[in-house]
Amino acid sequence: MSSPTREDALESAPIDEGNRLQAWFYAMQECLRSALGSIRSHRMRSFLTMLGVIIGVASVICIVSLLQGLTRSVMNEFQGFGGNALQIRSETSREDWLIGKWNRLRPADLELVKYRVAGISNVTPMSGLNLPGGVRYGSNTSGAQVIATTSWFQLANQSYPRIGRFLTDSDNDTRRRVVVLGDKARTDLKLPENPLGTFMQVGGEWFKIVGVMEARGDLFGQSLDNYVVVPFETGRALAGPEREPDMSIMLTVENLDAVNDVTSRITALLRRAHKIGPKDTDDFKVETSQSITQTIERVSGTITVVISAVVGISLLVGGVGIMNIMLVSVTERTREIGIAKALGAPRSFILMQFLIEAMVLAVIGGIIGIGFGWLLGVLAAKMIPHFPPPAVPWWAVLGATGFSALVGMLFGILPARRAANLAPIDALRHE
Amino acid sequence: MIELRGIGKTYQMGSTELIALADINLQIARNEYIALIGPSGSGKSTMMNVLGCLDLPTTGTYTLDGETVAGLSEDQLARVRNRKIGFIFQSYYLMPRTTIADNVAQPLIYRGIAPAIRRERANAALARVGLEARTLHQPNELSGGQRQRVAIARALVGRPEVLLADEPTGNLDSKTAREIMGVFGDLHAQGMTIIIVTHDAAVAGHCRRVVRLHDGRIVEDRAQT
Repeated sequence: MSSPTREDALESAPIDEGNRLQAWFYAMQECLRSALGSIRSHRMRSFLTMLGVIIGVASVICIVSLLQGLTRSVMNEFQGFGGNALQIRSETSREDWLIGKWNRLRPADLELVKYRVAGISNVTPMSGLNLPGGVRYGSNTSGAQVIATTSWFQLANQSYPRIGRFLTDSDNDTRRRVVVLGDKARTDLKLPENPLGTFMQVGGEWFKIVGVMEARGDLFGQSLDNYVVVPFETGRALAGPEREPDMSIMLTVENLDAVNDVTSRITALLRRAHKIGPKDTDDFKVETSQSITQTIERVSGTITVVISAVVGISLLVGGVGIMNIMLVSVTERTREIGIAKALGAPRSFILMQFLIEAMVLAVIGGIIGIGFGWLLGVLAAKMIPHFPPPAVPWWAVLGATGFSALVGMLFGILPARRAANLAPIDALRHE
Repeated sequence: MIELRGIGKTYQMGSTELIALADINLQIARNEYIALIGPSGSGKSTMMNVLGCLDLPTTGTYTLDGETVAGLSEDQLARVRNRKIGFIFQSYYLMPRTTIADNVAQPLIYRGIAPAIRRERANAALARVGLEARTLHQPNELSGGQRQRVAIARALVGRPEVLLADEPTGNLDSKTAREIMGVFGDLHAQGMTIIIVTHDAAVAGHCRRVVRLHDGRIVEDRAQT
């Protein structure tokens, strides 16, 4: 036997029992340690058990990341709009559409809004023109969209010239024949990197190139740079009075608090101008950038929730796998449970030990699943042409981890209860 | 310190009733060193389970250190086991894949004692059985005798009122068995109350009092030197 002094000192010292909170903390610590130890000693089995959760979480994270990436890239398109920006555009109801009637906004509406609504500025018309002759440079043609607008377009669209300049108000007022190119239109027309000063044809007329816009890339496989911009008034003149194109009007409200007033003022004005009866619906729509982004967010949110819920069901399957292996584990460790109980482990400790083990299994599976799902999302986005990069939002990470823990706890209850309810002598005698 | 009055234990085996213990009256004082002997089926194990608060008697009262055990809930029984009883089993019942220091410290976990203090107490208990150099080994790296010493250290770590050993030398060769009995002798000399359940006359020979069971009854209760 060993040195008596040290032993005696320890023997006579009281065993310091912590308070309840400390005791609980130490118990948790011990449960966690035993859970990790048990998982480590059965690596293969633990991994296979987690597989259900891994696959479930990976699918959810993959889909959420793709959807969120998509939403984010769409939302970026609207970011140039401040909260005080309004957009007015024509709207054709289903009934009108069925009888072949297309509603549109006209230059008269523009004048009306410009001069009869107070507290607004930067009134910018925007019109897509469909011109015979299209866009040409020499023998090269382009399918570029011809947009007729004014200078504020670049702010609203958050795109600026790479070289040269954008349209100015004087371009518009004097109906100057100048054009600013999107980068895709420039390459399609085989124009040089710097085509400033070169003349090209738009709708059969000659235009001088004064600027090239920054490239913005693709969205859903559509190039965002395949357009040419001409001054609004020039475009109107080009289209001629018979084929007056539809247009939309963008404007900023000077006082953010007045957005609703301005919206109703414009609505009233246009309803009167369009001779819409009190019971008829508007043939136009006044939207704030907020309402647009809110709609996008709502739609994408709904899709995300529905798909996540459907895929989340697979997590329950993973939970059943965990329950199964935990039941096996309880049977295997019956003797250990018996020893623990003989040494004085209360029922709650055994219950907690197995619950925590199930939760740790599920959470580790969840974390692996998050990483795997993110990787899968990146790969999928790479494989689908022109798909925006995926984004894994923090709420998806937290949600997936939390839900995994919940699944582990839920499916851990049955095995843990079985373990906790074992009678100590029966458990000790178990071979 | 231990008082059994009219203790009976019956098991229901299908339609027949199996009487494991009948009308046991026994008093054990502090610092006694007592052997419970008897052939297999005599009720030794049931007696051990009742004494160790692993099982409740069907009839009678059991008082341990002033506390009446009958009527306690499962968790209260666990508390009594944890604080008042140190178990030593024939097959050691150590936790596999766990260091012997952690094995010895295990009973203290259920008392909410901090890890550092647990470790200190476990090392001290291992020193008492002469295993202070092996604290970080695992049970499967030790010999049978060493494992039983670990089990004794685990039984001692919580400072129990009584050590309850069930055939502590049953899996050991006679030389190691004598060593283990020597450990018990030392502990008894230090004031520990020890109850050994055995069918081995040589083991019983070390004890100061021998209680013989037969068919669930005490047939002999004698002191020896």
